[in-house]
Amino acid sequence: MSAAPTASQTLGPFFNYALPSIADLTGGGKAEGRSILLRGCVTDVNAAPVRDALVEIWQANAAGGYAHPLDRDDARPRDPHFSGFGRVLTDPEGSFSFTTVMPGPVPFEGNRWQAPHISVAVFAAGLLRRIRTRAYFPDEELNAEDPVLAAVPSGRRALLVAEAQEGGYRFDIRLRGENETPFFGD
Amino acid sequence: MVEYAPYPDATQPAVNSERYFRTSQLAPSQSFIEAPVTLSEITGPLFSREGVPADEADLTAGGKALGQLMILAGQVRDEDARPLPGVLVEAWQANASGKYRHPVDGRDAPLDPNFVGAGRAVTDSEGRYRFVTIKPGAYPVPNSGNWWRPPHIHLSIYGYAFMSRMITQMYFPGDPLNEIDSIFMSVPDADARSRLVAVADTSLGLHEHALGYGFDIVLRGRDQTPMEDEGLQA
Repeated sequence: MSAAPTASQTLGPFFNYALPSIADLTGGGKAEGRSILLRGCVTDVNAAPVRDALVEIWQANAAGGYAHPLDRDDARPRDPHFSGFGRVLTDPEGSFSFTTVMPGPVPFEGNRWQAPHISVAVFAAGLLRRIRTRAYFPDEELNAEDPVLAAVPSGRRALLVAEAQEGGYRFDIRLRGENETPFFGD
Repeated sequence: MVEYAPYPDATQPAVNSERYFRTSQLAPSQSFIEAPVTLSEITGPLFSREGVPADEADLTAGGKALGQLMILAGQVRDEDARPLPGVLVEAWQANASGKYRHPVDGRDAPLDPNFVGAGRAVTDSEGRYRFVTIKPGAYPVPNSGNWWRPPHIHLSIYGYAFMSRMITQMYFPGDPLNEIDSIFMSVPDADARSRLVAVADTSLGLHEHALGYGFDIVLRGRDQTPMEDEGLQA
């Protein structure tokens, strides 16, 4: 028996009281690893800020492990203080900020590895569907062999690499227009 | 092995829709990139029933909210029609006057002190959720040429994977505003639209007290293993 997936509909503008923010993924600093801020701005076709967009992140812990039963590997143990999940809405300047830890490399098939990355999803009034992308990190040797980054046209890969700044990284999400962020298919 | 194939054709709205004026400002103009589905996509946040008190599924402050009292109930399943226990469902909606409790909603319509308009529930061992609420009113979209949103309830759902994350809206059967709503009609396939319309079912309601509406949700993914006991947070 099979069932057809329910259709997505837009988030709309009026959700903030229903979807409370989870901006700190570290349990108040108790998670293992290097604490970082992941900050950025969501902008539209005119490079204008998009307020009240919902930005969600999902990532491995510092050892490269996911808090999920499909990831069971003693070499990449779970961290009881790190959920790996965050969501915030953008402020009137379109900005978002997460307190998290630097993720470790994550396995791929055939003994290959994915570079450290954070999965990012955006919902907004005006988007009929969720769109998703990934934030990578500068100066990571594994970026050169990451199988997902390799699927991005070479001229656009740099748009998925966050910029180092004090306390962490900046990852801007340009939904449409000049230097549009590459998004992955659903 | 769990599987997250691309969404079947026509089950989803287009990313860019001529019907919905805002997409021309926000929706990506470039094609989506086809990339491998990895461990990062087949995992996702999980939620436990223990973290969500049962009274959070009552939006009416114990029946004090104004409007037509109703039960919204349904089952969350995967594409193999397997029930998905332990799925977080969050709901939000306008009140009976078509007004949201939100500072951006500047419409001149009354708020109801007994209606916050948001609730949440985690699906049970059969993948079922249930909210007590009131039927929302329709409301006009500002500066839109007299476009009125039909009564609808927003639903946010986390499956077991980043890939199955879904936000949608549930509509009411027989409402004449449905067929002229730009957001509802953004779904090109009539069958897919019909699945966004709840089924009126008084047996789901409360005898001589509340109407009942059934709304089942199917999340993307096949061969899912129930994870009710794996909830990690809420």
